[in-house]
Amino acid sequence: MSAALVLRGGRVVDPSQGLDGTADVLIEDGAVTACGAGLEAPEEARRMDVSGLVVTPGLIDMHVHLREPGQEYKETIESGTCAAAAGGFTAVACMPNTEPVNDDPSITEFILARAARAGRARVYPISAVTRGLEGRELAEFGAQRRAGAVAVSDDGRPVWNAALMRQALRYARHFDLPVIQHAEELELSGDGVMHEGAFSTRLGVEGIPGAADDAMVARDLILTADTGGRYHLAHMSTARSLELVRGAKEGGHRVTSEVSAHHLLLCDGDVFDSGLDPDFRMHPPLRSADDRDALVAGIADGAIDAIASDHAPHHPDEKELDFVAAPNGVVGLETTLSLCLDRLVGKGVIDLPRLVELLSAAPARILGVPGGSLVPGSPGDVTLIDLDREVEVDPAAFRSRSRNTPFAGWTLRGAPAGTIVGGRVIELP
Amino acid sequence: MSEHKWQRGDLLGVAELSTEEIVHVLDTAESFVEVAARPIKKVPTLRGKTVINLFFEASTRTRSSFEIAEKRLSADNVNFSTSGSSLSKGETLLDTTRNLEAMAPDLVVIRHAHPRVPHGLAERVGAGVVNAGDGAHEHPTQALLDAFTIRRHKGRVEGLRVAIVGDVAHSRVVRSNVLCLRKLGAEVTIAGPRTMMPEQPEALGARVAWSLEEAIAGADVIMMLRVQLERQARASFPSEREYFEFFGLTAGRLQAAADDAIIMHPGPMNRGIEIASEVADGPWSVILEQVANGVAVRMAVLYLLAGVKSGEGSA
Repeated sequence: MSAALVLRGGRVVDPSQGLDGTADVLIEDGAVTACGAGLEAPEEARRMDVSGLVVTPGLIDMHVHLREPGQEYKETIESGTCAAAAGGFTAVACMPNTEPVNDDPSITEFILARAARAGRARVYPISAVTRGLEGRELAEFGAQRRAGAVAVSDDGRPVWNAALMRQALRYARHFDLPVIQHAEELELSGDGVMHEGAFSTRLGVEGIPGAADDAMVARDLILTADTGGRYHLAHMSTARSLELVRGAKEGGHRVTSEVSAHHLLLCDGDVFDSGLDPDFRMHPPLRSADDRDALVAGIADGAIDAIASDHAPHHPDEKELDFVAAPNGVVGLETTLSLCLDRLVGKGVIDLPRLVELLSAAPARILGVPGGSLVPGSPGDVTLIDLDREVEVDPAAFRSRSRNTPFAGWTLRGAPAGTIVGGRVIELP
Repeated sequence: MSEHKWQRGDLLGVAELSTEEIVHVLDTAESFVEVAARPIKKVPTLRGKTVINLFFEASTRTRSSFEIAEKRLSADNVNFSTSGSSLSKGETLLDTTRNLEAMAPDLVVIRHAHPRVPHGLAERVGAGVVNAGDGAHEHPTQALLDAFTIRRHKGRVEGLRVAIVGDVAHSRVVRSNVLCLRKLGAEVTIAGPRTMMPEQPEALGARVAWSLEEAIAGADVIMMLRVQLERQARASFPSEREYFEFFGLTAGRLQAAADDAIIMHPGPMNRGIEIASEVADGPWSVILEQVANGVAVRMAVLYLLAGVKSGEGSA
């Protein structure tokens, strides 16, 4: 890692320092040491001509499921981080709903060791809030923090017990850990499998009302205000949740949120049009067109902080079941960047610096991890982007072990062109 | 007999059918009604054809109706009732399909608790697929037999006022019926307790009423839906007594309907909950005719689909 690397002539987009223009980036000993036009690089530095490409701080996907340990047939830390690198991400934060659950430092250490061996992307483990995700006793936040966990979450299910949630928000303050909530009032979602609305009505499918998310978000925001804790709302899906979060932020509370590319680009009408294709089933479900449009406005006006994939691999056999029987979740590591470049930046919804903010600076800030910036002293993590390359989403070509995407066949303009982690150019096998 | 040339190899839902196709099925069914009156109730139409009745969900009436229709057409039929077995829980559609294909059926009649499972099956098997009910989505042969029954009584469907009352949210009968009756030109009103109505009932394409009285005022046809008593546990209604009080069809309430209104029910009935016995057994009731017509309509469907799948064209 001692070899120096200089990236020459790219368009550097780094909202953390208000930079969008042609510049060079020098990385030495794994960290950025200079960023500017016409840099003097040491003689021995490796020179990479990146003219024609965009250079951004390494993208961070703050919500993925790597499935290891326990469900290696869906994904492994190696295949998942390969998918991350292929998708332009230099770091991912992985959810604890593995088998066993990551509620113990030994699991966090295992994940970090596996990630180091794979060497494709940084991996930030997220600890469970409660032991075994059972919603009864708190996991050891402090020990998990020491082992390397960056947040706590019971993602996949909510922390539904209000008293326990209150304690989690209070206790996490000792370690400055955000509590990432999968906000869902389970009694309201019941047996639902898609958004409750006109399309679930026509299909006779049990619906999940938007109120299932909103009721839990409202409760959580009250508890956040009450405790002064740090609350991060995972995979926001409704217009009302957005308004609740907006209000809490305006009230000065420590609230952040993320949204997935699929909730920004798809709605329940697409589920209908797919003929109930299991690759359109996820949690929270694809909501109404109005919800989708509100979320898009929310990333543009800053009410939503981050975009995360909620990469949730499932084996093709599991998605061969019918829609109602199939598991929730879609993969996203290898599609999120191109989707955002084409459908958000390309369509003028947000500009490129804002996208970099959503995918890099904001996740770094929320998780309290280094990165998200190319100012000297930052980690030497860089994502290279080719804005002109047109790609077709081809699940068969995914590096992930799973293929479950609702975007198969989409043609997108703009694609990742490589990643650099700690000054090391990531080569994919 | 209509001039329509039948070309459909599967019957998955009313949503896919054109008005001409619906009329063609009803016309074809007319010719099968008299088979039930023969001393030997059998025609050789489907001799040598294999029909599999694949029921992933308990059903007595619909399955029996299909079975009788198949036997009267001289088809060889086999029943797979897999409710509660491993097949219904976790076997992939692909495996189910491959197992079926290996038995080389000509037609598969399928009922499943999940919407669009028949559609998925039809995409993957060569046999003709008949949807005998997929969750709360569609039940096309029920809608066709209901339309057939209405047409036999009223001489037409177009312009009639039809009220459908009950657990609309969870009824496949209502979805297929609204589609079918609207395509045939009827005015359809749906009603039920708010806790049993879907989130956006108007999406079904019918007029929405919020009381039984409003729904049946001036109606030519009243269709009462079965109340699933287990819904009571899910707080869809507080008690059977209260349901009957507000949404049960009684002779007194029936006064608001047209004088010659007919009463229908897809069965099985809960007497004293959604319908009073005096109505179910009264002169307005055509409930047993629905059952009889079900066989004729299903014979017509099987006959038409088999004709396409064996490449012989159709009547």
